[in-house]
Parts: sequence; C-alpha cells; structure tokens
Amino acid sequence: MSGFLRLVRRDLRLALRQGGDAAMVLAFFLLTVALFPFGVGPEPEVLRRIAAGTVWVTALLAALLSLERLFLADYEDGSLEALVLMPLPLEIQVLAKALAHWLTTGLPLTVVAPLLALLLHLDRSGYGALVIGMALGTPTLSLIGAVGAALTLGARRGGVLLSLLVLPLYIPVLIFGVGAVEAQIIGVSARPHLLLLVALLLAAIPLAPVAAAAALRQAVE
Amino acid sequence: MFRFANPARFMRFSAAILPWCAGATALLLAAGLVLALFVSPPDYQQGEAVRIMYVHVPAAYLASLAYAVVAVASAVSLIWRHPLADIAAQEAAPLGAGFTLICLISGSLWGEPMWGTWWVWDARLTSVLVLFFLYLGYIALVHAFDDPTRGARAGAILALVGVVNLPIIKFSVDWWSTLHQPESIFRLGGPTIAAAMLWPLAVMALGFTLFFVTLLLVRMRSRLLAAKIRALRLVG
Repeated sequence: MSGFLRLVRRDLRLALRQGGDAAMVLAFFLLTVALFPFGVGPEPEVLRRIAAGTVWVTALLAALLSLERLFLADYEDGSLEALVLMPLPLEIQVLAKALAHWLTTGLPLTVVAPLLALLLHLDRSGYGALVIGMALGTPTLSLIGAVGAALTLGARRGGVLLSLLVLPLYIPVLIFGVGAVEAQIIGVSARPHLLLLVALLLAAIPLAPVAAAAALRQAVE
Repeated sequence: MFRFANPARFMRFSAAILPWCAGATALLLAAGLVLALFVSPPDYQQGEAVRIMYVHVPAAYLASLAYAVVAVASAVSLIWRHPLADIAAQEAAPLGAGFTLICLISGSLWGEPMWGTWWVWDARLTSVLVLFFLYLGYIALVHAFDDPTRGARAGAILALVGVVNLPIIKFSVDWWSTLHQPESIFRLGGPTIAAAMLWPLAVMALGFTLFFVTLLLVRMRSRLLAAKIRALRLVG
C-alpha cells in the first residue's frame, strides 16, 4: 500500500511542480463552455436546455486533453522501464497513476462544474445530480483513458489516435451522467443513473488496469 | 487449431476450400436475393420496404460476428503468439467495418420510410455506431506504429477491451425502450417472424457468412503472399 501511495504522491508532485497541467485543463474547460453562449445565442431558455450536456461533453474533452501525458513522460525518460521492474504489480501502479490523474483533472472539473452550470442557467434542482454524477463518472474517465494512453505510447500521432480510441468508450458515462441531471430536473429520481455510473466505475477499477498494464508491458518490451 | 497455425499448411488448406466457399457464396446469395426480392411476401404493414431487412439483418449480424472473430483471434495471438491469428484479426477488421457501414446505411434507408427519420439516437443505433468507431480505432491503432508487431499487440488489447460493446448491442433493445424493434429470430418461445420471411433471411444470412469467410481467406492469403514476396525481394 505504501508503494501505491508513494506513486500517487510522486505523480501529484510532478504534476504540481511542472506546473499548470490542472490549471490548463480548467482553463480549457471554462473557455470551451464560454464558447457555447456565443455559438447558440445567449437566451437563458436555450442555455438551460443544453447546460447539462454542455458541461458533461466539455468535461470529457478536458479530461482527454491531459491523458496523453499520463505515461508519456515516464516512457520517454525511461522511468517506465524501472516502474515495470518494481515489485509493486503494474496493475496497481496503473491504478495509482489513474488516481493521480483524477486528482489533477477529474476532481477540479467536478469542483468548478457547478460554477459553469450557473453560467449556463442550469435548473436549480439539477446541481446535486450534476456534482454527484461528475464525482462518480470522472474516475471512470481516467481509468478508461489510462488504457488508451498506454495503448498509444510510441504511436505516430498518438494524441489524435488516443481520442479516436477513448471517446467511443466514454459514451456510456456521458449518457448516464447527463441522464441523472435530466431526471432530477423533470422531478424523477436520479438514483438509477447514478447507480449505473457506480456500476461503470466498479467495472472499470479492476478491468482497466489489467488492460493498461498489458499495453504498458508490450510498450517497454 | 494449432495444426492450421502453420502458414504453409494454412495456404494449402485455404487453397483447397476457397473455390468451394466462393461457389457456395455465389449460389446462396443469388438464391437468397431471388427469394428475398421476388418470392417472399410483402409485409402487411411495411409493404415492399420490408425487403431491406434481407440485407440489413445479415449485415448487422456479421458486423457483430466479425468483431467476435477479431476479438477471438486477438486473444489467441496474445496468449499463444500465433502470427496467423494476428493476420486473421487484422484482415477481419476492415471487413467488419464494411458490414457495419452497410448495416448503418441500410438501416437508415429503411428507417426513413418506416420511422420517418434517417437516424435516431436510440440505444441500438448508437451502440452499432460505437462498434463502427471501435473498428476504425482498431485499424488506426494497428497501423500507427513503426514496428508492426507492436501495432498488432496494441490492437489485440484494444480489440479485447472493445468486447464490452457486443453484449450492449445485443441487449440494448431489451434494456432500453427503443424505436428499434426487439429480437424476433433467436428468442425463447420461437421466432415471431413469419416462416415465409424467415427462410429467405436464413439463406441470406448464410450467404453473407460464407461471403465473409471467402473474403477473409482471400485477404489472409494475399497478406501471406505479400510477406513472402517482400522476403524474396530482400534476399534477391
């Protein structure tokens, strides 16, 4: 367990010292959401209708933005080879890295989501479902993203390829995340949608690290 | 299975069965088209437009089957490192993408007169669209590396990850209330489709399957021959 925590701390420290990864993701999130009122017009009714979907789609794209760097720095400077040789199973290390990625992207996105929802005039009853849904859904995004990031290590045009691989797999999270908010707004329980988000997360926690670790092993082979 | 993993033996074996596969494909597709377009009755609700089904349903079935082939071949290649399994997976993927595209286009053409729209975002249609993107992602990933064995290995892992989508496609019409009609052929309590329509459909499905097998064999053979020519050039 201490190895796990040490790896999380190392990745967090790297993210903070190299500076601005999380800040950049947040700036992208804010800026992209701010584009929508210009695109569809500033009428509150229109914005209210698209608020939940806009926040969620933009959060997906923002989470995608920092994924490429999840393993790339370690791969390029060779520390990935050292990590593979560590006694700590590679699957657990992937879990640690995904957790560090979530702490630097998913968590900040969840925290600022209500602010953006406010800018888009989201119906007041939808905030709870939005925040809980983001808190439950964004870890899944980091885990699925870790598989894509590991698979595209060393590929030509890795960043574009990564989005092609990962975005289709993000669709279920998007559907249930937006579904929870919409259900809450029309006065139905958001619980089934949130439970499905939990189910996705519980499936991704054991499965995604296995696939990502297999991809990392063949990358350093 | 391992007996045919030897490329030389595969070439001999495939050369022997290829003409039979191709002939059976031609016969079945010809018979199936005649049955589907002329013999089978028009639907009492849908009229003549129901004949799109005889292309749409086999294409949909093969879209999933081809993905299963890619996934199984990928698992075999990851576990036993058979080079032939890699080739089978990589050559099946573009075929599967093609069938998925046929399925989406024919479904769209069928949806316009029946549902009044080319496309709806319902669970079955969306999950098949995701399948199409998975095929594209797989093909792109396989060709994205300078070292082809790395591409094959990465693609195999991706193919296995994408398997989660197959049950979603299959059960999407049961889990969500959708515009797409529920399963009417392989269900408990027997098919709900009329026998006069079931038979042409079965012939077409078998014809499509053999068409897939024929194309897969041709593609795998030409891939092996191309590798052989490249090796000879390097020597000469």
